[in-house]
Amino acid sequence: MNMRRLIAMTKRVLLQLWHDPRTLALLFLSPALLMTILKYVYWTNPDLFQRVAGSMLGVFPMLVMFLITSVATLRERSSGTLERLMISPLGKAEFIAGYAIAFGLASLVQATAVSSYAIWVLGLKIAGLQITLIYAAILDALIGLAIGLAVSTFAKTEFQAIQFMPAILLPQLLLSGLLIPREAMPRILHDLSNFLPLSYAIDATRKVISNQGSILNDSLIIFLFLTLILSAGSLTLKRQTK
Amino acid sequence: MLPCATARFATVDSRTITVVSAAIRAFNLNVQRGKNHILHDLTVEIPRGVVMGLLGPSGSGKTTFMRSIAGLQRIASGEIHVLDLPAASKPLRSKIGYSTQSASVYSDLTCIQNIRYFASLYLHNEKTPEEILEDVDLSRNADQMAESLSGGERARLALATTLVGSPDLLILDEPTVGLDPVLRVQLWKLFNKLAAQGKTLLVSSHVMDEADSCHQLILLRDGRVLAQGTPAELRLRSGKSRMDEVFISLIGAA
Ligand SMILES: Nc1ncnc2c1ncn2[C@@H]1O[C@H](COP(=O)(O)OP(=O)(O)O)[C@@H](O)[C@H]1O
Ligand SMILES: [Mg+2]
Repeated sequence: MNMRRLIAMTKRVLLQLWHDPRTLALLFLSPALLMTILKYVYWTNPDLFQRVAGSMLGVFPMLVMFLITSVATLRERSSGTLERLMISPLGKAEFIAGYAIAFGLASLVQATAVSSYAIWVLGLKIAGLQITLIYAAILDALIGLAIGLAVSTFAKTEFQAIQFMPAILLPQLLLSGLLIPREAMPRILHDLSNFLPLSYAIDATRKVISNQGSILNDSLIIFLFLTLILSAGSLTLKRQTK
Repeated sequence: MLPCATARFATVDSRTITVVSAAIRAFNLNVQRGKNHILHDLTVEIPRGVVMGLLGPSGSGKTTFMRSIAGLQRIASGEIHVLDLPAASKPLRSKIGYSTQSASVYSDLTCIQNIRYFASLYLHNEKTPEEILEDVDLSRNADQMAESLSGGERARLALATTLVGSPDLLILDEPTVGLDPVLRVQLWKLFNKLAAQGKTLLVSSHVMDEADSCHQLILLRDGRVLAQGTPAELRLRSGKSRMDEVFISLIGAA
């Protein structure tokens, strides 16, 4: 891993983000808007707002990063720039790490902005530390990034990449404990949810909000998932085609 | 280092033993894509410091051959040596510039940002990003987003991205397609200037009238080499003057 190339890669991805107002809106405005809607949907039941809005803070980063990453890497493939990079000295690990650092930074800003908005403007109460919440949100974002990267290999167009969302992310959302706590689900679904990274992301977020239990285990498991999915993703980055 | 490399080539192609090693040597190259056999026993040698035209109709295998040289295409059998190294070997990554048929640049970056980014991937850059833009006559567009460039400007930006680092070999896949005649003349001048600086250029085209801008030509048809030589040699061999007639006459003779 060459530091100079890694920085160049990160800087380039950030520059592209900066030049794209739609993505910036997706990053910052849409989560804030959705949180506001949630606030008014649960106007008569503030307890439910506490529960759902808290978990949503873990869901947004993952959803948004999945979208951004799958579209960005797909664009690299279809525009030929990925091929251009593959004959350059840039390493595959540098390519992936560059995206991970750039989008990780973006999700840091996103999590800070959205959680601050939820706490100070919408009156979300968190018992734990906001900074731990932000940390959990970044982990969630990295899961979305890793899945997006892996998915982009199986898609030929941006439209196809987005079609993976209901297939891969929705089941995770349904089983993650967002709707009802995972412990309350039938045994078989609970067991299944143990194999899905989003479950741990939501667990971690919820623990911070209620300030109950350490998120050390959850973050270790998430890191394990990340390593697995990212190495699978890097295997699909081929320098040569058949 | 060099004599050793040359000796290795002597075994690759026993018919020729060259003192100055060639830029590219392909020997009995076969490439398959899916079920299609694309390149058949291709054997060519491309000397250093020339503009080599790779001419052939659409679908004749030009892109496949160029991708094989660049190390992007898996080959079925045969050998390719590029700048004394086996194709696709790691040290070649800092010595080859390759531009694909579609201009591969980042639409959401400015011209200068594109060049700066690609340049930063190389340890040694013989030119600054500003000088490279100057070379392709895009200095005025430095801060313009690539997405708003005209077709010709975009093609020149793609060409510029191959000039970063310090490439000894430039592989340009149909760089002049769709450009106006004035621009085409300018680009061929630039190619010749780069060759005069010692770089080797492999430039493909399916337009036969670009042949005279090249030092040498490889005529490709259905994945086979129809002929190789200078434009004058090929004219002499076929007895025709216009390049498209030369091509047709050589097909008849093959
Ligand atoms: N991915 C692929 N799978 C199968 N055949 C392919 C593939 N890509 C190109 N071909 C075929 O290979 C032949 C040569 O293509 P190409 O190298 O692109 O030619 P050219 O660049 O001279 O137009 C064509 O007949 C084309 O249909
Ligand atoms: Mg082609």
